[in-house]
Amino acid sequence: MVVTIRLFARLREIAGASELRRELPEGATAATAWAALAAEFPAMAGYRTAVSCAVNEEYARLGAALQDEDEVAFLPPVSGGCS
Amino acid sequence: MKAAGDPRFLVTAAPLDPSAAAVLVADAGDGAVVTFVGLVRDRNAGRRVLWLDYEAYEPLARKAFVTIAGEAAGRWPAVRLAIHHRTGRVDIGEPSVVIAAASPHRAEAFAASRFAIERIKQIAPIWKHEHFEGGETWIEGATADPQDDAARESAFERAWS
Repeated sequence: MVVTIRLFARLREIAGASELRRELPEGATAATAWAALAAEFPAMAGYRTAVSCAVNEEYARLGAALQDEDEVAFLPPVSGGCS
Repeated sequence: MKAAGDPRFLVTAAPLDPSAAAVLVADAGDGAVVTFVGLVRDRNAGRRVLWLDYEAYEPLARKAFVTIAGEAAGRWPAVRLAIHHRTGRVDIGEPSVVIAAASPHRAEAFAASRFAIERIKQIAPIWKHEHFEGGETWIEGATADPQDDAARESAFERAWS
């Protein structure tokens, strides 16, 4: 399957792109996508326990199964609002 | 509530207008509308801040605002919220977030607006990139997890304290 991976903030900077297309094996979950990313960009490894994920614009667990053409987003710890 | 196209839940690069947000929620049965305006401050953690750049995952951020409004309505059924958040460069003194909470009575409006800002910081997929004198850094706060009951309860507790 092929998925779109969306990255934000520091993760986007590490990858040098806000959006990546990656081929994943059948049966892949969001965690599979994260593992592939962390292997490709070792600087992301430190985010493993802090990252959140969303599949097709809804919050999801890392164990969520992915389908062909899904959009999976990885979110570093958030800091919206004000100071 | 649907997020897309609802003017009450907005993520925008345009300057925010607190009174416009208030108008979206207040009606004839309301005795109070509380408008909270979050500003960009010139100091943070001992650094002189020059400006902030806000980045958002926009569709999910709008949905998070809808979720927050629903959670507030679950606790305070008469309250209606509007939440507007800025993206891109926001200069010192400018609003980065506006919350309007309307209610027949003031106590619920105050509480719901406080709840909303606490909850935004927990679950809205929005990030601050701080540009300060001598450098820049991403501010990283909470790991976003809308299913974290303890986080949600702590936001409710802060709202009433």
